[in-house]
Amino acid sequence: MAYTDKIRGIYAEILTGLKDAGLFKQERYIHSAQAADIEVEFPSGAPLKKVINICANNYLGLSSHPEVVKAAHAGLDSHGYGMSSVRFICGTQDIHRKLEQMVTKFLGTEDTILFPSCMDANAGVFEAVLTKDDVMISDRLVHASIVDGIRLCSAMHDTFKHSDMEHLESKLQLHNDKRLKMVITDGVFSMDGDTAKLDKMVELCEKYDALLFIDDSHSSGFIGKTGRGTHEQYGVMGKIDIITTTFGKGLGGASGGCVSGRKELVEMCRQKARPYLFSNTIAPPVVAGVIKVLEILSASTDRRDKLEKNTEFWRKGLIDAGLIIKEGNTPIVPVMLFNAKLSQDVSRDLYDEGIYAIGFFFPVVPQGQARIRTQISAGHEIHHLEKALDAFKKVGKKYEILGKTKQEIIERYGM
Amino acid sequence: MEEMKDVIKDYVIKEYVEDDTEITYDTPLISGGIVDSFSMVSLKRFLENKYKISIPDDKATPEAFDSVNKIIALVKEYVKY
Repeated sequence: MAYTDKIRGIYAEILTGLKDAGLFKQERYIHSAQAADIEVEFPSGAPLKKVINICANNYLGLSSHPEVVKAAHAGLDSHGYGMSSVRFICGTQDIHRKLEQMVTKFLGTEDTILFPSCMDANAGVFEAVLTKDDVMISDRLVHASIVDGIRLCSAMHDTFKHSDMEHLESKLQLHNDKRLKMVITDGVFSMDGDTAKLDKMVELCEKYDALLFIDDSHSSGFIGKTGRGTHEQYGVMGKIDIITTTFGKGLGGASGGCVSGRKELVEMCRQKARPYLFSNTIAPPVVAGVIKVLEILSASTDRRDKLEKNTEFWRKGLIDAGLIIKEGNTPIVPVMLFNAKLSQDVSRDLYDEGIYAIGFFFPVVPQGQARIRTQISAGHEIHHLEKALDAFKKVGKKYEILGKTKQEIIERYGM
Repeated sequence: MEEMKDVIKDYVIKEYVEDDTEITYDTPLISGGIVDSFSMVSLKRFLENKYKISIPDDKATPEAFDSVNKIIALVKEYVKY
């Protein structure tokens, strides 16, 4: 079919609608490597501006770490640029299996399978291990990639209220007649920065013979005493049946993900998971880089310890400044503004002050819960955080939100 | 059938409403964004267990579950008195 003016008009109208609704996403071009200090071109064509980045998933500051970069170079030299194949045809190198074994050891599981991304891992895992005789019971705030994976699976699906263990138990009772029950949650919830109550969830899963799945993408490498993830923090290592995670955040920040867990479930993914079967293997330099990341993190907890200290400093600084943040102890720290336009205005003004942070509003977060999501990194030094706090104070003063309650902010700016 | 109306309305409020949204017998539940289509399954299972009925999957549509009154109509089709 020809791409007629009529067809073009249909899409133009949709895109205009997104712009009118304030939902149109615009990319900002970064001209430097990912780090605490970056150079940004925004809007397109504008002169480069040096800003402090407080919205990356670069939790451990490893995205541009010299040892990781060097390892990726070496992997490129020794194993090539790409494999031009999916894993099971001719796309599995020794380093792919080595990385799987290292992840297994790092997370304390039985086996691991790599995927091109954690989005792919979540898209493929449920369909691979569950059937229409089973039920998936997920927290209502799980990540969009899990929602997509659930949609692709023939098992029945139900939800429980966010982190509500009583409600989860009622759902386990309701579906107790199913062949298999799988409870599904994020380890750290990406928008609020809170953690799943894994100790309680393990108890419930043991009581009702249910499998437990967690996506630890916003945890792996830094949550728990040695950075193994939320299962370490809650003392339930070895008791999670499936962990999915990404290498695109704390673990180096490039790309790739995995399913790690019970060996039979991992083998089911190797046999049946469609994103594994029909998508290219992870590129060799990325694999080599992640191997180096795991070596660094297994040798020392310095980076996660620094991240923890930075996070404490940042959370205290925001509270002392009179801003409202979501409680928790993870490096995801949402500054609550409640009103969508206010979140965009504050984000723009922070950028003018040299601080790069993005406003989130409905439908990414619930109506009336607009916010600036800040994310702290071990790559930040205290002077970065102090400068960012000063900017928040200046902008907060301009909008007269410092020391104000949620109700007062909503009364002034609306939901 | 007043009792069934209230049983279903109370269940919907307890199960799905997490703020002070007011629910009437005609409030649009699914098209109004109160019940997402994923969560419909627990409502169907609740009705089947409570009233000892079996609602065929092709009848458990978002339209049929879109208000308490519509749910009552659906359940009535399958309840044996």
